[in-house]
Amino acid sequence: MSAAAIELTGVSRHYGAVVALDGVDLAVQPGEFVALVGGSGSGKTTLLKTINGLIRPDAGRIEVAGEDVAGVVPHLLRRSIGYVFQETGLFPHLTVAENIAITPRLLGWDAARMARRVAELLGLIDLPADVSGRAPSELSGGQRQRVGVARALAAEPALMLMDEPFGALDPLTRDSLGIDYRTLHDRLGLTSIMVTHDIAEAVLLADRIIVLAAGRILADGAPAHLLATASDPTVRALLEAPKRQAERLRERLGA
Amino acid sequence: MSPQLQAAFALLPEYLGWHVLLSISALVLGLVISLPLAVAASRSARLRWPVLALASLIQTIPSLALLALFYPLLLALSVLSVSLVGRGFSALGFLPSLLALTLYSILPILRNGVTGILSVDRAITEAADGVGMTARQKLLQVELPIAAPVIMAGIRTAAVWTIGAATLSTPVGQTSLGNYIFSGLQTENWVFVLFGCAASAVLAMAADQLLGLIETGARKRRHSLVFAGIVGIVLGAGVAIAPLIQFGKPEAYVVGAKNFSEQYILAELMAERLERTGAEVSRKEDLGSAVAYRALAAGELDVYVDYSGTLWTGVLGRTDNPGRKAVLDQLTIELKRRDGVLVLGSLGFENTYAFAMRADRAKALGVVSLSDLAREAPKLTLGTDIEFLSRPEWKAVDAAYGLKFRNKRSFQPTFMYRALSGGDADVISAFSSDGRIAADKLVILTDPRGAIPPYDAVVLISPKRAGDERLVDALRPLIGAIPVGAMQAANYSVDRDTAKATPAQAARTLAP
Repeated sequence: MSAAAIELTGVSRHYGAVVALDGVDLAVQPGEFVALVGGSGSGKTTLLKTINGLIRPDAGRIEVAGEDVAGVVPHLLRRSIGYVFQETGLFPHLTVAENIAITPRLLGWDAARMARRVAELLGLIDLPADVSGRAPSELSGGQRQRVGVARALAAEPALMLMDEPFGALDPLTRDSLGIDYRTLHDRLGLTSIMVTHDIAEAVLLADRIIVLAAGRILADGAPAHLLATASDPTVRALLEAPKRQAERLRERLGA
Repeated sequence: MSPQLQAAFALLPEYLGWHVLLSISALVLGLVISLPLAVAASRSARLRWPVLALASLIQTIPSLALLALFYPLLLALSVLSVSLVGRGFSALGFLPSLLALTLYSILPILRNGVTGILSVDRAITEAADGVGMTARQKLLQVELPIAAPVIMAGIRTAAVWTIGAATLSTPVGQTSLGNYIFSGLQTENWVFVLFGCAASAVLAMAADQLLGLIETGARKRRHSLVFAGIVGIVLGAGVAIAPLIQFGKPEAYVVGAKNFSEQYILAELMAERLERTGAEVSRKEDLGSAVAYRALAAGELDVYVDYSGTLWTGVLGRTDNPGRKAVLDQLTIELKRRDGVLVLGSLGFENTYAFAMRADRAKALGVVSLSDLAREAPKLTLGTDIEFLSRPEWKAVDAAYGLKFRNKRSFQPTFMYRALSGGDADVISAFSSDGRIAADKLVILTDPRGAIPPYDAVVLISPKRAGDERLVDALRPLIGAIPVGAMQAANYSVDRDTAKATPAQAARTLAP
């Protein structure tokens, strides 16, 4: 069996007396699209950030593509992993093109290769080429988040980590960006891990849903499989919610 | 253009050059210190409070005091350096001014630096980590550029403060635009005072506008504005500093002066005699009284005029009064032995504390000496300058004659003379070489018990120039050549309210 894209063994993290992660074991195969769901304080964001070293675990072992991340210089690790988060964090003093090309620049790509990559990515994330010279403040929220995705993809990572990437967008933009990202995931053969508090989004986009509570994995599996087999009442309630919502929507809209 | 304004403009290249060089050096040094400090303080909350508190504390020290405090500190360091490595450095002039102004420029840059870096959005610093920047890359490529407008605002404040405070470096012996203000205040040359204030204000505004251009450029991300501002500053500073290249010639004779008219006149008199021999001369004026002798002994001045009584009490720490000649003779021997300072001789007049009365009033009361004054004192009012009543001379006179005045009042010197002529004071503490004694037709009371020490004006030469024949030969003709009447007239021509002479013009009337 080939190396897992990510493998966590017994990963724990405490903040004072608060347990954020409590001995998590997890393996993600290349090409999977995994959604991490759970309430606030369940440990889902902490789990995501231990993978690219933004948070160091107190105990346990994390491997990315078969390599123990404890032995990799953190900033070099992060250049090989795409990272998108809710506030986007575009650099306000750089243009859109400079934002997208930041990781390639840190990796020392030449200018021509960076320019080609920026043009390619703007097409990929469906933004007009003329935004490349603009400041982030001149873009809409949806456009900014698309630039954030492009920046994460710029250095051609195999692994994408996303922390509520579409959480701050209006429903329409959120829906279209979600669908577009899923298409990219399949086209580029990415491994994606997305933190979300929106179970409907998780069901619609992910191949596999992991439910976290109090730093432990409560359930793990494909959406339909989880709904069929989960015995934990919390998990069942969580997964049934979008189904009930969908039924009510159909009734009320008369479709 | 008035002659005073012409004289002011003639001095501008030298004064402005030094002022700009000093201000820019202090700002650059301040930046080099405070930016790394701001970065460190923004990283560590534990460091932040003490660093900012210390910088604020420095700011509360009056700038003149801060400048003055560096002189003894540097002097001690220089002495230490001589004993350790055999070489000292000048504790006067550029160095103390630079250090004090540098300390002064730290707070605004530091405070705005910390604020600027801390106000960078957390999402942006997280993104910088997320895209794989090192801590250094995050600082240089993200935090500092985003904080740049706030930091620039701090630099502007520091620049305006530094340029203003640099005028105060004149009393520690550093030429600056403050020379106009200090010498102008002393000789009541208001054209000079206003000229100095205006020049330093214009300089501060120009620097502020150019730095403002850079700030705007940083905020709007317009590199052309940043570039224009930098070019403006470099060009302006270059043009201002260029004239110094010819002023700063080495091995020039340094003539010192304390901060009053007589000292300016005598310094000019000596400087012009030296220049007539073809020598290069630079002047250090407005020195504090205690600073001047130590600076001479340390070789930072080559020559200046001091007064025998001042040296007798201040340097030798004596309180007795063996008489005018004995004081001068012992000073000549003692200063040579102690510090290697050469007492070239007395110029021929005394500038001592003297009790002066209007001639008509003295005659009416029958007062000629201090003994007579003691008899009449309970009916009279004494007018003094602000420090006289706390000086040892007053205690000595009071002890010798028992002067019990009806009333004692302190005045600024100008008002002291007006009080005497108007009758608000009956007797005043004057300086015996003051031109107003002759002009107001005052009589000086004699001191039969010799309570007031002698204050002969003596020419002092630094240890390293003691054997310099050119210097000694140029100045020796001045010894014994200036009677008190001539000095009074020269002082009066500079001090009077109308048709004022410059110290250089007054000096020419004294030339033997």
